[in-house]
Amino acid sequence: MRRVYLDNNATTPVLPAVLEAMEPYFAEHFGNASSIHHHGQETRAAVERAREAVALLVGCRASEIVLTSGGTEGDNLAIFGLLSSEMRRSGLVREGDHVISSTIEHHAVLNSCKQLESEGCSVTYVHCDARGLIDPDDVRRAVRPNTKLITIMMANNETGVLQPVEAIGKIAAEADVYFHTDAVQAAGKVPIDVNAIGCDLLSISGHKMQAPQGVGALYVRKGTRLQPLFHGGRHERSRRAGTENVPGIVGLGKAAELAKEGLASGDVRRMADLRARLESSLLGKIESCGVNGAGAPRVPNTTNIYFDYVEGEPLVIALDLKGLAVSTGAACSSGALEPSHVLTAMGLSGDRARASLRFSLGKQNTSEDVDFALRLIPETISRLRELSPVYNKEAFST
Amino acid sequence: MPSTKTIAVAMSGGVDSSAVAAMLRAEGHNVVGLTMQLWNQRRLAGHEGMPESVPGRCCSLDDVYDARRVAETIGIPHYVVNQEDRFERDVVRPFVQEYLSGRTPIPCSLCNNHLKFDQLLIVAQQIGADSLATGHYARVAFDELSGRWLLKLPVDVAKDQTYFLFGLTQDQLSKTIFPLGGMTKPEVRDLARSYGLALADKPDSQEICFVPGGDYKNFIDAYLAEDGDALPDTAGELVTSDGRVIGEHAGIHNFTVGQRKGLGVATGSPLYVLEIKGDARQVVVGNQEDLYSKTLRAGKVNLISVGAIEEPMTVEVKIRHRHHAATATIEKISDDEVLVTFAEAQRAITPGQAAVFYKDDVVVGGGWIV
Repeated sequence: MRRVYLDNNATTPVLPAVLEAMEPYFAEHFGNASSIHHHGQETRAAVERAREAVALLVGCRASEIVLTSGGTEGDNLAIFGLLSSEMRRSGLVREGDHVISSTIEHHAVLNSCKQLESEGCSVTYVHCDARGLIDPDDVRRAVRPNTKLITIMMANNETGVLQPVEAIGKIAAEADVYFHTDAVQAAGKVPIDVNAIGCDLLSISGHKMQAPQGVGALYVRKGTRLQPLFHGGRHERSRRAGTENVPGIVGLGKAAELAKEGLASGDVRRMADLRARLESSLLGKIESCGVNGAGAPRVPNTTNIYFDYVEGEPLVIALDLKGLAVSTGAACSSGALEPSHVLTAMGLSGDRARASLRFSLGKQNTSEDVDFALRLIPETISRLRELSPVYNKEAFST
Repeated sequence: MPSTKTIAVAMSGGVDSSAVAAMLRAEGHNVVGLTMQLWNQRRLAGHEGMPESVPGRCCSLDDVYDARRVAETIGIPHYVVNQEDRFERDVVRPFVQEYLSGRTPIPCSLCNNHLKFDQLLIVAQQIGADSLATGHYARVAFDELSGRWLLKLPVDVAKDQTYFLFGLTQDQLSKTIFPLGGMTKPEVRDLARSYGLALADKPDSQEICFVPGGDYKNFIDAYLAEDGDALPDTAGELVTSDGRVIGEHAGIHNFTVGQRKGLGVATGSPLYVLEIKGDARQVVVGNQEDLYSKTLRAGKVNLISVGAIEEPMTVEVKIRHRHHAATATIEKISDDEVLVTFAEAQRAITPGQAAVFYKDDVVVGGGWIV
């Protein structure tokens, strides 16, 4: 069966060039990057080259990059590392600390904030508007004298909506508050410049940008004190103990290099054109649907569309059985799907949130992939609607 | 595409539905496994009287895992369908309300009527399946003469589950397959073993899936406490059938008709619960012989083998799952109400349970005892 993958915000396939770059670092150049001998020197050099490539992608110095296991670790290290460190330095108990986040964050940030609350910290969750956008003025108004950290994402994983991080960065700077941004869904899709954003911490993940799963990076502005999450050796300038995942890091470095090139060369523009065609054709072919986050700036690969009178869950299953992989939202541990907290935060009803699908393209997707999706989706939605008690009732009553 | 049928299988993670999936796959059908996520077992964990965690229970992550492993072993796609909201609305909440009103509910029938053969069947059709197969022990057949779909007893009558399936409509039956209807449980286990399914010897589930340990009283307390509602006070009087107050009780949800133990009053002869008066919060007690009754009214009746009961009809009636069906006459009271008159008085006819009517091995229909 032909299979088309349009769920690149969940994870992406490793690019062939990335795989090729990693390959020698399993059996041939296997050294521990901390070792003194030749083998260690070889891998140390590879790790540092990768770090430089990542630094180049986000516009910082290599020494400001901490290599992690992925986005979740980066977010946790930023949030807990900073607040633990602040707590130690100021001698204050966590009761006194205040954090600003938003209702549309990824669970890696959202649940970290919930954990902070359970430890006595207070957290303000700024709301988004109907387009899924955070208003920087709301962030400004939320700042208190004891605010220690603002953590607001750069691009939303479900809608692709780009948040006004530069404006938030200015607010953070004026208020002298640390600013962390989860840029996992932005990396490789839009240019990132930590100095333009004015953030102190920024996390990215390898597998969302065609490097393998299990590797990521956290940018930590020079001078920012972080209490490590892991205790052990003095790896990563004592900010993250543990022997480096060398093949993964090499893959991340290569992917960062290619992402930087892709932003310049038009790879990303080609993806944006495919997204535009997919979106406008679906809106043209199917009635009672619309784009969630329309009217807001978005990353070029994502479109989130509601199809009224349909449940997203059987729609995803029906499409998968025909070879098209898309998603409804965040998957929970049992594999069952909850209505998206992001879409409900945007004011969508539970029904409409459950009727929404996320399509996310990758650089490997072709025009034929979009044609395949456009053939499959309208007929599948008509079948679902025919079997929907709600659709029939409403169609009958009008 | 070859013209094989696409069949969705409701996979609970147990032996029966796993064997069904394996069998249908071996017969060459396109099989899609669906597991309903109905209840979060961790939700009430840790409430007073509730276990911290309950491994291996229905709807638990372990069961989803087992179902997924089976699907992977036999090579079929498998999906989890989240129905937690509907399950709470249509099964759990009514279950609690029934107990608090002095009735003894059957959540499995509610789940079959509202979830498995309603929502899941819709999902099955939406994803392109022609029919839905489950691991129930029952049979479906089309009767040319009457033009109706019939629900029939399984070959293994000891495992008969038709009592819980009386609510199935003609449309639902026409799209349902019960592949185990012709098999015995040991045969099903052998079959599961022959397909190399690791769970062939997994024990049968017996309890209500969302009530760990089977203690429904603690469950109701924990459920109400979670909502912030204190338990509605249903404490009241213990009375005899002639209205004499002989004691007090702590809440009517602690009682079921026919119960003998735990009444907390000492009298010369054993006392039994005869009736629970929800509005008056009274529990009526009396002697064993007062438990027997010849008639009952069944409401919300669903008929299967016949379109209507025009004339009084002699059938066998089961008034609880483990009841030995007794001869009775059924006659229509209103469109969905039936009067059941037994040839011999039956012990402990319990409001909230179902009365299911049989003619030989065919289910005529059934309703809820009011």
